[in-house]
Amino acid sequence: MRAGRLLPVGLISAATLAYEVLLMRLFSIIQWHQFAYMIISIALLGFGASGTFVALARRPLMQRYPAAFAASAALFGITAIASFAGAERLPFNALEIVWNPRQLGWLAASYALLILPFFFGATCIGLAFSRHPDEIGRVYAFDLIGAGIGALGIVGLLFLVFPTAALRFVAALGFAAAALAASGIARHGRLAAGSLGLAAAVIVVWLPASFTATGPHMSEYKGLRMALEVPNARVVEEQSSPLGLLTVVESPTVPFRYAPGLSLANVQEPPAQLAVFSDGDSITAMTAYGGDPATVAYLGRTAAALPYRLLARPRVLVLGAGGGEQVLLALNAGADNVDAVEVNPQMIELSRNRFASFVGGIFNRPNVNLHLAEARAFAATTGERYDLIQIPLLDSFSAAAAGVQSMHENYTYTVEALRDYLAALRPDGVVAITRWLRVPPRDVLKLLATAIAALEAEGVPEPGRHLALIRSWNTATLVVAKLPFGGEDVAAIRGFAGENFFDISWVPDISASDVNRYNQLDQEYLYEGALALLSPDRADFTERYKFDIAPATDNRPYFFDFFRWRALPELLTLRTQGGAAMLDWGYLILVTTLVQATILSTVLILLPLWFRRRALGRAVPRLRFGLYFLALGLAFLFIEIAFIQRFMLFLGHPLYAVAVVLAGFLAFAGFGSAVAARWKAAVGGGSAVRAITLAVVVIGFLAGTYLIALPSIFERLLALPDAAKIAIALLLIAPLAVFMGMPFPLGLSHVGARSEEFLPWAWGINGCASVLSAILAALLAMHVGFTGVVTIATILYLAAPALLAGSRGSSPDRNRSRTKPSA
Amino acid sequence: MRPLTQCKALLAAVLASAAVVSTSAPAQDRAGERAAMIETIKSHARSAPSAVEGQGIDPAVLATMAKVPRHLFVPEEQRGAAYGDRPLPIGHGQTISQPFIVALMTDLINAGPGDAVLEIGTGSGYQAAVLSPHAAKVYSIEIIPELGQRAAARLAELRYGNVEVKVGDGYYGWPEHAPFDGIVVTAAASHIPPPLVEQLAKGGRMVVPVGAPFATQFLMLVEKRQDGSITTRQLLPVGFVPLRGGGRAR
Repeated sequence: MRAGRLLPVGLISAATLAYEVLLMRLFSIIQWHQFAYMIISIALLGFGASGTFVALARRPLMQRYPAAFAASAALFGITAIASFAGAERLPFNALEIVWNPRQLGWLAASYALLILPFFFGATCIGLAFSRHPDEIGRVYAFDLIGAGIGALGIVGLLFLVFPTAALRFVAALGFAAAALAASGIARHGRLAAGSLGLAAAVIVVWLPASFTATGPHMSEYKGLRMALEVPNARVVEEQSSPLGLLTVVESPTVPFRYAPGLSLANVQEPPAQLAVFSDGDSITAMTAYGGDPATVAYLGRTAAALPYRLLARPRVLVLGAGGGEQVLLALNAGADNVDAVEVNPQMIELSRNRFASFVGGIFNRPNVNLHLAEARAFAATTGERYDLIQIPLLDSFSAAAAGVQSMHENYTYTVEALRDYLAALRPDGVVAITRWLRVPPRDVLKLLATAIAALEAEGVPEPGRHLALIRSWNTATLVVAKLPFGGEDVAAIRGFAGENFFDISWVPDISASDVNRYNQLDQEYLYEGALALLSPDRADFTERYKFDIAPATDNRPYFFDFFRWRALPELLTLRTQGGAAMLDWGYLILVTTLVQATILSTVLILLPLWFRRRALGRAVPRLRFGLYFLALGLAFLFIEIAFIQRFMLFLGHPLYAVAVVLAGFLAFAGFGSAVAARWKAAVGGGSAVRAITLAVVVIGFLAGTYLIALPSIFERLLALPDAAKIAIALLLIAPLAVFMGMPFPLGLSHVGARSEEFLPWAWGINGCASVLSAILAALLAMHVGFTGVVTIATILYLAAPALLAGSRGSSPDRNRSRTKPSA
Repeated sequence: MRPLTQCKALLAAVLASAAVVSTSAPAQDRAGERAAMIETIKSHARSAPSAVEGQGIDPAVLATMAKVPRHLFVPEEQRGAAYGDRPLPIGHGQTISQPFIVALMTDLINAGPGDAVLEIGTGSGYQAAVLSPHAAKVYSIEIIPELGQRAAARLAELRYGNVEVKVGDGYYGWPEHAPFDGIVVTAAASHIPPPLVEQLAKGGRMVVPVGAPFATQFLMLVEKRQDGSITTRQLLPVGFVPLRGGGRAR
């Protein structure tokens, strides 16, 4: 019975969190994944505003608690759909922001619409905390476990239905929570509950699909929309999962002819292709193949074909199979055996089954094995040894493509990753990596720096003798060899480059007269960069370069982060002359979101707190209590997000990491908060402050141990099957999360004993801090890495109890409190 | 090479004024805004050494741009912003390039009065209009029928008589009118179509703007030498040195 009373809290908490994850997915489709962080900040705005609202309207709301809860939950259900439908219809164009300040107005309008569901969802939870001051631990447990189920549930649901359909279920969940709560209304409770339940059913079954369809509202500048503008182009298949929306397009009138890095000396037209768009943008091609190698001979004239000049009948590993272009190249270049790795099961379904005959059944050949795995995890655990590990131009295995948590960790291009690849090579094998060439170069120089660092870590005395770098006008291919290149190899590289009008930017014994011949840059940045990176000037060059090209590591796996503050003023000044194209917008959006979030939380939380300070009474040290809940909010998510980042490598998939770590932390912290009162009684001797102090000491000890031990635990257990790794991850998370779940409810009951008026504030501050922390953790990780973020979180935890303990006139026992709500 | 260019430029300027004088009244509209736009282009060009050859953008190109009524090439709701130095949306996921980029590309093509120029991606038709007075004939291919038809009608109405627009696949170029002395490829492509390289005359130039919509990263200039060999050059529209202090690595 009592648990049933709190069930609506769990439901609305699940719905709100699911909605947040879902909005990130939806906006990755209609806009770009960078906007995921903006969703976090929108959620913050909703939570903050609801904290203020509940605090200000507490009395009238408490008098009609079931009705207020039910109304708020129903409004969540309505706005969850209506706000998204409205927001996607706004004429917002992110690409135009540099040129047209009016776009910021449309962005603000999106915020205003999308804040509503978060406001109503959080209002329900704020109301529940105020209604049950004696059961804060239990309310919190329902809230956390609900959120955990919501996070995991939406990921599961997205495997079954399209995001727009998932939106109906999330809205219906809001109505279900409303119906349950409404049954507690004194008069006409059953009628209200019945009609709200009916509303839930109506939304799921009846709502017209066009109301929330993403297709018509996708940015017209995304590749898919542009492709469909071409006469007779049409969608032939669409598949959706939390990993992304895959759309297969055929264009018979004007074929795709997708072949990046193709030589200018090539005269062959690529055969028919089907384009596969991921979230409406990044493209991979499935190429028609009837078994005649001559029809795809052009592939041998792409820069990525270079390694095949160095190897005879190689055993090949392709990391990132996509539509199969690299497999086709390998087969036609005489590969003996090809292992291809693809992270998205639906991509595998398309290329191996649905369009198997179109691609000539290349994935069904006896000498081709297609593996469902994350690239790095596969390479690190494979027992096979290869002559060639080919990493083509596909970012499909990056966390960013998932859009679930758009943090840009990438474990494919780190120093440790390159060492793993080198270890998986046969003695005379090579790794070949192709990237887009941007001018001035960023990715390619960073890749070169990373390869040099990896070779040095392997004890190679002269890394320059193991490297070859060639470039077409729009791509660059780096070849890293386990053994130094011999004279024959160098001659082969020179021959291949010369025939195809590719420039050599690095090869052993290169001279200045070799470079910048066919595709001329105003300065041979890559050759000069290679010279500098291979000389004692390396540190100076890296420091002076205006983009961040320091090697990425597993501790700071941000290969795609090139942003440097000191280049910002120059690039902003030059924004109308191409400077905008050189800016790392992802980083800037992150910083902007943080600034925005900080301002909003100040306005929404601190200002009202200041105006209502009298209501709280003098016995409540507002600042210290406020700081306590701020510290907890920051620290909790710092650890959670750092763990998501770190477990990505271990669990082999960004999505598993997000789902397992998020659900693990929420559920075990929920358990921790449920047993917090017993911990206080048994271990803290009835003192909340003592109980919290002991809990944070355990947290500090565990966090410190994990910092030291995790890398070696992961290394040893990486080869285990997925299910075992998920179980181990949960086992590792459990003790830490249980103790992390205690300080919040213990703090709340300590503070609530002084003033129940403070509870909504505590909830609001903590909610805001959590969301701020999500953004801050991502930014900090780019600068100080995983270890830095966890260290900061530990310090925050250890400092927190002092904020409660030092409060004047404090008494640990809430029963002795005399301060009653004064409003 | 340069004196010849100057002569060609002068001649082109004369032709340009003749061509535009003969167009209808709208060309007179908003001349002040166009003059201001030209000043912006000149100031950008002074700081973009890589993409600007010689002494800056050819005055004949600027003279043409001072006359072509850009506001008539953009959708009605964008007309107010037509002379800002910025790209504008024209529907169907396409944009009309920033005037500075149009000026750079026209300058790089370096067409002369007897030249035939091919454009892949007509879009609004503005680039073709700017090329028109500098070439004998401009052939332009647009993939999206609505855009192509609208641009063809607009160019005819404004009496750019030497511009021919067709709707179709730009990959194969326009072999009936090949070879071309200049080719402008404004449609995004993962690689340069071989037929276009083939249809480029010896000594001819192809210009390809590379980047995302609203953000041109660089201009690629493809040159076919007299011996038939191909070279490309990547030209930044901005004077940006990636090394702090501007020094070169040794």
